[in-house]
Amino acid sequence: MTLIELKGISKQYGSQVVLEDINIEIKKNEIMVIMGHSGAGKTTLLRIMALLEPPSKGVYKYKGNPVKINGFFRKKVTMVFQSPVMFRGSVYDNIAYGLKLRGIEKKEIRDKVRNVLSLVELEGTEKATARKLSGGEQQRVALARALVLEPELLLMDEPTTNLDPTNVALIERVIMELARKNNTTVVIATHNLFQAKRLADRVAHLYSGKLVEIGDADKIFENPGVEITQKFITGELRSE
Amino acid sequence: MGLIIQGVLGAFHLIFSGNPDIIEISLRSVKVSGIATLIAFVFGLPIGLVIGLYDFKGKHIVRGLFNGLLGIPTVVLGLILYLILVPLGPFGSLKLIYTEMGISLGQAILVLPIVISLVAGSVSLIRSEIRELAITLGAGELEASIAVIREAIGGVILSIVAAFNRAVAELGVALMIGGNIFVKGSALNTRVLTTSIQMYTARGEIDLAIALGVILLFIVFGVSMISNVIQSRLT
Repeated sequence: MTLIELKGISKQYGSQVVLEDINIEIKKNEIMVIMGHSGAGKTTLLRIMALLEPPSKGVYKYKGNPVKINGFFRKKVTMVFQSPVMFRGSVYDNIAYGLKLRGIEKKEIRDKVRNVLSLVELEGTEKATARKLSGGEQQRVALARALVLEPELLLMDEPTTNLDPTNVALIERVIMELARKNNTTVVIATHNLFQAKRLADRVAHLYSGKLVEIGDADKIFENPGVEITQKFITGELRSE
Repeated sequence: MGLIIQGVLGAFHLIFSGNPDIIEISLRSVKVSGIATLIAFVFGLPIGLVIGLYDFKGKHIVRGLFNGLLGIPTVVLGLILYLILVPLGPFGSLKLIYTEMGISLGQAILVLPIVISLVAGSVSLIRSEIRELAITLGAGELEASIAVIREAIGGVILSIVAAFNRAVAELGVALMIGGNIFVKGSALNTRVLTTSIQMYTARGEIDLAIALGVILLFIVFGVSMISNVIQSRLT
């Protein structure tokens, strides 16, 4: 079943075209990895999907219906940024923020926060000042803050860049579990080919703002359909 | 040098002896400038938030205008307000000249750009990332704006402190609008710390001038220290 659909999405800043005629269908419960060099347009595409900015052209659909920027879909999608941004206050304050917006009761919030912290292996850190945690811990709080909302669509922009291997492994494990057990659709933007191989059900390759190939991960990594993807996989492709 | 030491010793004697005139003048300074800061905050906070939170045509011109007004000479503002508020001036009927409220209004105008610029600056610094984070967690525009304001609380507090300290330490408006009136027991007195310091210095009563100067410094540093404690607790 198709969860979201991007049809003819383009994005332009002044005369600079960042995305050009992107057509992607993302299925429910899959892990879709959008891979490509830095500057390929991955972040912009995710930002459009997160409703942080509108496309210049094209249609964005959720379950067959066009998405409205202030509509109900806003509470079904969430995003983890490359550099974790923490609200002032404790880890609990950060994770509880989205739940409070949804009018959930205090006791339930406490339980959910405890559970999600256990998932990202940060048990007992509720009262810690979020901004005083290490980079890896902050990224795990950011992930927990997104997961606790049980989003239908989780967008992750280079979520493990600059993290140590332990934190990378932990975050990847959580992403895999999430997609399998919680029925969450995950879209990850990354330039890390190895991570894409480890996580992806399907892969979309962006190059210079254009979608050059999309398909099952196994198939694309073993036998890419276009030369440009082949070169990206073998490391011969240079960013434009 | 001897004059200064003598003045400082005399100042401490006056402060600790609880001179009623000095207490009255000091309290009036705090009251008048406190009201000025409150007025500036009530008007300046929403203006600063709008400038900091939203993009609109001419925003840079508006910001530039308020930034430019940060350095307005107090005597020039005092002169303009004097001409407006004297009985024959356009707002003479308000009877604000030579009143405490007149000084408060004048100081409020003086410090309004401080509140606006500091609030707008602190909000716009963090606006983008906090707003976007809040939105991705399900916040609407209003909720995202509230999140930004909460994060910018340090800048808001700083704007209050800077505004109060500028108001309490200025002379031009207090002198030209207040008139430095002091009659023992009168409810119409307008003498504040800065006008007193100027007057006592001119008269050669250095110990009194120094005493009032020390009190003024205590107030300014005291307010700054209290705000630092509040800021560190909040942030």
